[in-house]
Amino acid sequence: MSDGHATGVPGDRMDDSSIDPLTPGPDASRITITVNGIQRELEVMPWVTLLDLLRERLQLTGTKKGCDHGQCGACTVLVGGQRVNACLTLAVMKDGATVTTVEGLSVDAELHPVQQAFVRHDAFQCGYCTPGQICSAVGLLGEGHARTADDIRELMSGNICRCGAYPNIVAAIQDAMGLDDGRGTR
Amino acid sequence: MNAFSYTRATDVSSAVGAAAADATAAFIAGGTNLVDLMKENVARPARLIDITRLPLTRIEETATGGLRLGALVTNAATAYHALVERRYPLLAQAILSGASPQLRNMATNGGNLLQRTRCYYFYDTAAPCNKRQPGSGCSAIEGYNRVHAVLGTSEHCIAVHPSDMCVALAALDAVVQITGTTGERAVPLVEFHRLPGDTPQVDHVLRQGEIITAIELPPNGCADHCSYLKIRDRQSYAFALVSVAAALELDGDTIVDLRVALGGVAHKPWRDREVEAGMIGRPATVEHFRQVAADVMRHARGRGHNTFKIELATRAIVRALTTARQARRA
Repeated sequence: MSDGHATGVPGDRMDDSSIDPLTPGPDASRITITVNGIQRELEVMPWVTLLDLLRERLQLTGTKKGCDHGQCGACTVLVGGQRVNACLTLAVMKDGATVTTVEGLSVDAELHPVQQAFVRHDAFQCGYCTPGQICSAVGLLGEGHARTADDIRELMSGNICRCGAYPNIVAAIQDAMGLDDGRGTR
Repeated sequence: MNAFSYTRATDVSSAVGAAAADATAAFIAGGTNLVDLMKENVARPARLIDITRLPLTRIEETATGGLRLGALVTNAATAYHALVERRYPLLAQAILSGASPQLRNMATNGGNLLQRTRCYYFYDTAAPCNKRQPGSGCSAIEGYNRVHAVLGTSEHCIAVHPSDMCVALAALDAVVQITGTTGERAVPLVEFHRLPGDTPQVDHVLRQGEIITAIELPPNGCADHCSYLKIRDRQSYAFALVSVAAALELDGDTIVDLRVALGGVAHKPWRDREVEAGMIGRPATVEHFRQVAADVMRHARGRGHNTFKIELATRAIVRALTTARQARRA
């Protein structure tokens, strides 16, 4: 076993309002994590999720907390290029990892092609699920398993949109993939 | 969530040693189920041992022509592996019918076996549940039990095992490779999970301190005639109400081997080898598939809301076997 990791305070309930679970205590672990191209050294308690680290410590609030149980996909980010649910990821376990959030997809001032396609196809309404949808779609493109609109629907099923913008989301991803969406919109 | 300590294992022997010496410790890898259970206060380990750095991340052929799936290979990497796709399409289909792409990118093969039931009373810490709190009672038996088991239940628990992957592994006669402080052992997948009996809190035969290192697939992947049929409340990203992993080996129209594993109906992936053996040498007809289905489901017992599963599973078995019969590989 390696040394130097948190020993925590087993048994403490973190729903006790006197404890701020996000603030590093004396037993925090030191991790190095690269987020959107910036390498950071951080002290984290072992129970801090990657989602809370991004939003509450790094102020990267593009990544959304929806269900916080891996059921809605709003927290989807890319870790090592793979799309994952940040809400079910313990930050301490991602020591050495490279993370990309929706804030890190654009290059200089130019939006990522998936972001551009979402704008072009009006692939959102309230926008809350959108950062997760976009990160998930970028992950999907990298995986390379989607060939058809049905494939896209199946492989985007981990991202829920309560506004029901699904038709335009699928069209945007088809567009970004270079597939004709059959509606003459590209 | 409770506070817990965190350590990172660097080799298998130190990982099992640390876990064996601490009954409050749990291994964590993908974390997709464990972190969720910890958020719900259903699982409360005082210590997490991170095993993601252990060298169990390969898929490799075995000396006997089978395939060894490392315990830490993700479900996604397993399902899309060229050898799995080609030789064990039943497994690839089953994995890809489960969870979401994000979760499959995180979840590991070992963890898939160890995931807990999604019985809503198990998750609800305000409700009695013999699996979560032995002796407190079962809220599902007299409660809302639409997703619950119809085979192999007890008066203490009617929860189902939620995995799709394990249903295919059961049909494929997979073997679980386990390492503990006293050495290694191998357990057939169908004997790895257990029925609830009067100890429903025990899901499987793994002991504290033991770790799954790999899942071994035998050479015969039933690739020519197999089908995974999953029936659920929505088309994607939902647990099975009923699932069937069906495989056939045929000589002309004669059954040489028939396998049916069921998910969503029992506390473990369900197989009935006696029924399967009775079909060997018979023609692969729909009539015989109906006989298989009726015989496999002969001891099923509904509890009210879930009684529909008996007829649903009966028909699903016939459909999966019929599809498998046709699914001759090009």
